[in-house]
Amino acid sequence: MNTDLFGLQVNVWADAALRLQLIVVFMTVVVMGLIWAERRILGRFQQRIGPQKTGPFGLLQSLADAVKLVGKEDLRPKNADPWTFELAPFLVFIPIFMGFVIVPFLVGWNIKVLELGLLYFVAISSVNIVGWVMAGWGSDNRYAMIGGLRAAAQSISYELPLVLSLLSVAMVAGTLNLDEIVRQQGSVPYIVWQPMAFAIFFIAALAELNRAPFDIPVGESEVVGGPFVEYSGIRWSMFMLAEYAGLLIMAVVGASVFLGGYAWPLGEELGLGWQVVLVGAKASLIIFAVFWIRASLPRLRIDQLMGYSWKILLPLVLVQILVNGLVLVYGWSEAILGVVGLAGVVALVSITGRAANRPRQIPARAAALKGEAA
Amino acid sequence: MVTERAREFDTQDLLINVGPQHPSTHGVFRMVLEIDGELVKDVIPYIGYLHRGAEKLCETMDYRQGIGFMDRTEYLAAFNAELSYVMAVEALAGLEVPERAQWIRMILCELNRISSHFMFMGAFGVDTGVMGTPFIYGWREREGIIDLFEEISGDRMMYAYFRPGGLAWDVTTNFKARVREVLKSITQGIKDFDGLFTENEIFVARTKGVGYISAEDAIDYGMSGPSLRASGVPMDVRQDEPYLKYAEIDFKVITGEHGDVFDRYYCRLQELRESVKIIEQCLAKMPDTGPIMPEKMPRMLRTPPGEVYIRTEAPRGEYGVYLVSNGGNRPYRLKVRSACLSNLQALKQMSVGQYVADAILVLGSIDIVLSEVDR
Repeated sequence: MNTDLFGLQVNVWADAALRLQLIVVFMTVVVMGLIWAERRILGRFQQRIGPQKTGPFGLLQSLADAVKLVGKEDLRPKNADPWTFELAPFLVFIPIFMGFVIVPFLVGWNIKVLELGLLYFVAISSVNIVGWVMAGWGSDNRYAMIGGLRAAAQSISYELPLVLSLLSVAMVAGTLNLDEIVRQQGSVPYIVWQPMAFAIFFIAALAELNRAPFDIPVGESEVVGGPFVEYSGIRWSMFMLAEYAGLLIMAVVGASVFLGGYAWPLGEELGLGWQVVLVGAKASLIIFAVFWIRASLPRLRIDQLMGYSWKILLPLVLVQILVNGLVLVYGWSEAILGVVGLAGVVALVSITGRAANRPRQIPARAAALKGEAA
Repeated sequence: MVTERAREFDTQDLLINVGPQHPSTHGVFRMVLEIDGELVKDVIPYIGYLHRGAEKLCETMDYRQGIGFMDRTEYLAAFNAELSYVMAVEALAGLEVPERAQWIRMILCELNRISSHFMFMGAFGVDTGVMGTPFIYGWREREGIIDLFEEISGDRMMYAYFRPGGLAWDVTTNFKARVREVLKSITQGIKDFDGLFTENEIFVARTKGVGYISAEDAIDYGMSGPSLRASGVPMDVRQDEPYLKYAEIDFKVITGEHGDVFDRYYCRLQELRESVKIIEQCLAKMPDTGPIMPEKMPRMLRTPPGEVYIRTEAPRGEYGVYLVSNGGNRPYRLKVRSACLSNLQALKQMSVGQYVADAILVLGSIDIVLSEVDR
């Protein structure tokens, strides 16, 4: 059985192998670039230069780090659970890479066009949490265990708003095929009709990726790296790779679902090169925002993180879905969606600000605990 | 009666060891947290990792040699530490400090307070989880001050510039201009921190209402400095028992009202502004020329027998020196009253019942310098 690859007739297995190889190479290179970019951008925010000695503008810094990490000793704590400990990095790393199968970088040029692409993406992107929990449990370290459990709690809480915000677009688009969703945005990207869904997607994606201000599982100043605290060398670098690969895939999916991917604003007739540039630029915008947030926002506390998801994000996104349903059933104009979405963004911002500035109170449970201790 | 089945679900409290090698313990401090899930049920602090017997060592050497040791007890505000010691020696020996030297001492101590508070802002920002940005903001402002100190004393951290009777040597001729230059950059730095922290929703949500301690408890623990003033007690040695020329200076004692982590941070931020005001007044009143040491200083400084306790307002609170002399050229007994040690006692009171992340913030908000705690 043969398939079409670059206009050539290729055996289907060779085709699959080639395409997967392509993901791995592409991903690794882009992730190295991302790590470099983050370090340079954070450097700018912090009035320092960032990596500069390795190659022009320090571009080879990630390569140098990778070589160093590969050369390091692969330590395993004596009492660690060997299987859990050694398997965990792979379980974090592989699902993220599998997610890339459906990403539409160019027109008709995904690795594989899936009818249920979006569903596949949300399903596969939450598998890696198993790896986090395994790393936390298997390390035989209390910091790691706290970190792993925090990661599990956080991932479960933010999975819902993330999926529902994507579903909100899927409802309007009428398809779960990512490529189809991009094509529909030739004239107007979905962020115009679904601004609140985008805001919630962005926030939930930050939490899913354990990026600041939701980097509670790895909180450097509290649990000192969380589940990764006992990892070294190549295993640690796989976590690192997975983190940035996750960032990339979230950014590309966000750019495709909300910002019009390669289709907006110039249509599908563009050359392949320009389409890549367009998707890259949109994804870069999202990634830059993520770096920016990391440089300026403190970390949330675990109860605030949970409350934010369940009490604020989830109800808001459910309201959005309800409005979507009404608009679809009664055939109202899409402009209603835009207005409701904008009102939703305003509500989100004001509720967030209000939640932050609540009057001071010592939590009742803390007071009770204090009484118990006394 | 708890059934067997129910007992299977009994949870056990977890002990986690924070420090002595942990990014948020600000040195080699160690505390064992007893946690139930994410809640702190007990805190057991262990101090003493940095104990070097500085006080005892000072008893083996000349009064002037002891100054270097005082620097090292409080390395983030060495001028303030020196000041207490030097003033204690002066009080024993009955030395009169020339006016100009007093003004210079005041300016340097206030600048040191500013640099120390900036250091607090940076480290505290990292405790709350910002990736390095506040740290480098704080470092930037502190760097300007430290450059100035280096020009004057020849050293960046361990100055040994105050001497019993006055100063080691005169300041550089462009001293006033340089201080004004530094003040300008500091004023901008304070604004930066106000924007980065005070107006940051997440920072406010993390710090308000956390690590509460009442005014009565704070006094009972012997707290002092901004940590005490945040609970609403207007205790400031500069105002209560003016030393140097503080009586001639007009400044406000900043107090908070809630006694939580946010107030401890905000008190320090406002104190920065007050310090800038103090320095500006000092610059206006300081004479341009004049002696910086008394006319006749003995080659070997001997003090008549006696004892003295001198306290000054260091950035972290009351820094006291208790000095006993038996008539020789070295202290018979030296005891440092460290603000950090007293403030640290309230750690348990403030952290129990909070979340783990809050315990880290509480520790950060006390602003400890471990070398002062352990000496």
